[in-house]
Amino acid sequence: MDLASAKAIGAGIAVIALSGVGVGIGHIFAALISGVARNPAARDRVFGLAILGFALTEAVALYALVIAFIILFV
Amino acid sequence: MAAEGHGGIDALSQFKLVPVFGHLGETLHISQANVMMAVAGVLTLLLMWVGMSPRAMIPGRLQSAAEMSYEMVLNLCVEQIGHEGKRYFPFVFTLFFFILFGNLMGVFPLIFTFTSHIAVTLALSLFVFLLVTFVALKEHGLHFFSYFVPTGIPVVLTPLMVLIEVISYLSRIISLSVRLFANMMAGHVMLEVFGAFVVMLGAAGGIYLVPAALSLSVNVVLIGFELLVAALQAYVFAILTCIYLHDAVHLH
Repeated sequence: MDLASAKAIGAGIAVIALSGVGVGIGHIFAALISGVARNPAARDRVFGLAILGFALTEAVALYALVIAFIILFV
Repeated sequence: MAAEGHGGIDALSQFKLVPVFGHLGETLHISQANVMMAVAGVLTLLLMWVGMSPRAMIPGRLQSAAEMSYEMVLNLCVEQIGHEGKRYFPFVFTLFFFILFGNLMGVFPLIFTFTSHIAVTLALSLFVFLLVTFVALKEHGLHFFSYFVPTGIPVVLTPLMVLIEVISYLSRIISLSVRLFANMMAGHVMLEVFGAFVVMLGAAGGIYLVPAALSLSVNVVLIGFELLVAALQAYVFAILTCIYLHDAVHLH
């Protein structure tokens, strides 16, 4: 196997981490929806927290993406 | 910037630093990152200064923006840190607006994003880390080190827990800096990759114009997403700084 194809496969493996992030973000918004459905008055306060959690979870996806980019381009 | 010889996409050349202002800039090592940092600082000052200069009872649009951003960051500090938060408000405000303007300016084409460099974000997060440690030592003296010793666990586990706590305390530097840097870099690489798709497929012509148009529309959506991420990451950086300061002031 030559280096270029090994790099492409490695980058593909690196972004498997995104599956976990997908589950995580799904959990966050599922909890947000059920929370707001139970107590619509709490929407403003809970929404900020959900967005914060979303940003923190999304950062994990980007760590994986950066590793894939490093494998591909550096 | 679009394509290399053998069909690869040169996505990272957009982050290259080049000297500006000719010979003088080269001697002083002034790159476009330094210029954009200065511009971010000037823009923040202008927003506050020009925005607040009318001092109107019923604020105009710019004054509203200035007042609302001031209040937002102040609320953030007081909510997260508590009453002592007002003391750290200038620091958090500066940090938030420096990063926010850096991120937002980067969304414009041909403008360099200085927050997409790990050197910049690492310097910022080291600054936060040193401040937090300094505040904690000043407030609590040597009692601060009890922060690393969790209570209510078996004595046998204590050394292990202390080790984990110390590592997690130190890893704040990395997580804070890599989060911002990775968000900005990944966003811009994604824009570059889809932009390259548009150029390459558009040049091929014919049936390839359909995926080219599709990539272009993806790029439009991505720019909107980048605007969201730019504001969100500045907010996340500020709120995490506040949470760390809360730990420093209150110890748990």
